Amino acid sequence: MPETDAALSEQRLKAFLGNLLRAGVIVAGVIVMLGGALYLIRHGDATPEYRIFRGEPVELKTVGGIISGVISLRARAIIQLGLLLLIFTPVARVALSLYAFAVQRDRVYVAVTLFVLGILIFSLAGGRV
Amino acid sequence: MNIFDASTLIFLISISAGFLGAITGLGGGVVIIPVLTILFGVDIRYAIGASLVSVIATSSGAAAAYVKEGFTNIRIGMFLEIATTLGALVGAVLATIVSTSAIAVIFGIVLVYSAGQSIQPRRERSGDIRPDKLAQMLRMNSTYPSPEGAKAYFVERIPGGLGIMMTAGILSGLLGTGSGAFKVLAMDQVMRIPFKVSTTTSNFMIGVTAAASAGVYLNRGYVDPGLAMPVMLGALLGSLLGTKVLVRAPVQRLRMVFGVVILVLAIEMIYNGITGSI
Repeated sequence: MPETDAALSEQRLKAFLGNLLRAGVIVAGVIVMLGGALYLIRHGDATPEYRIFRGEPVELKTVGGIISGVISLRARAIIQLGLLLLIFTPVARVALSLYAFAVQRDRVYVAVTLFVLGILIFSLAGGRV
Repeated sequence: MNIFDASTLIFLISISAGFLGAITGLGGGVVIIPVLTILFGVDIRYAIGASLVSVIATSSGAAAAYVKEGFTNIRIGMFLEIATTLGALVGAVLATIVSTSAIAVIFGIVLVYSAGQSIQPRRERSGDIRPDKLAQMLRMNSTYPSPEGAKAYFVERIPGGLGIMMTAGILSGLLGTGSGAFKVLAMDQVMRIPFKVSTTTSNFMIGVTAAASAGVYLNRGYVDPGLAMPVMLGALLGSLLGTKVLVRAPVQRLRMVFGVVILVLAIEMIYNGITGSI
């Protein structure tokens, strides 16, 4: 029966998307926690400076900068890596939906999903024209 | 106050904000941003950046559970994300141009609206709805589980819904919240989607909407790891606790309390914005 097959695959897709989201959040959360612990051990006594906006340095706002910071075990870079993974989690969800719609040969939704994915990638690249 | 004390305090506040945000469906950002800016004197751009990443965490965490229950409509969510992600991108770019005082005032006004929404009682509508061609073409009509078995629903007025979703996206990108209240408005009030489907699908969409502006925020250096760390971890923990007790909680009363709290914060934000202290 094709209808129940479709319903079943829809249900499996939902379960898979759900698990993907959960896994992404857990991994990101653990990394942020590790980086946070390191940050508090190293800089816990310092005075916070969130009142004045200066913007983050390049090491903390580009993928390359964050990764090289993680390699040299900088606490703030490790937190930032967790946050980066967190931002990538919904993007991965959209990419996976694209695959699912393609398998179902649902052209309208392949187009819709491609568009959304395009916007997300554009934003992650900095949103500059 | 040193970083350790500040982080602990912000962590505890974020737990309660995430908890209330999950129960009321408004998200934690509406409390976290005013508290950080008014109580801690944090620059609103850092507060927005921290809130935005925590919004992704809380909505994705909750979405995982909702998607499996079968209320979330993935097609409706995906389609409307065209509007929310576009809006979020516009909002994030606007945030780098608009003055922080203006952001504070807009935030306050949006808060007042959200407070009103959360106080309003909910009722399910059942309906004699004529079939909408666009909704059929986009395969949006579906069913949701109810005590009497799967219940069918039909979607209508998609262009109107898209318009409000665009606004929701802009506000989300500009203010760093999930703007769940506007998403639910578009789906529940305009598109006539059942309330439970609207709220869970809204939650499903929030992560993608926030990711669309988070990229811009990160690239512009608005995401401070030291501040975002306690906010994200606290909000995530709080929202997990919130979804756990949601079934037993006196939701109506909590909504009232939450509504009053954010109303007070809204007035503070508007006042501080106008006097220029934010």
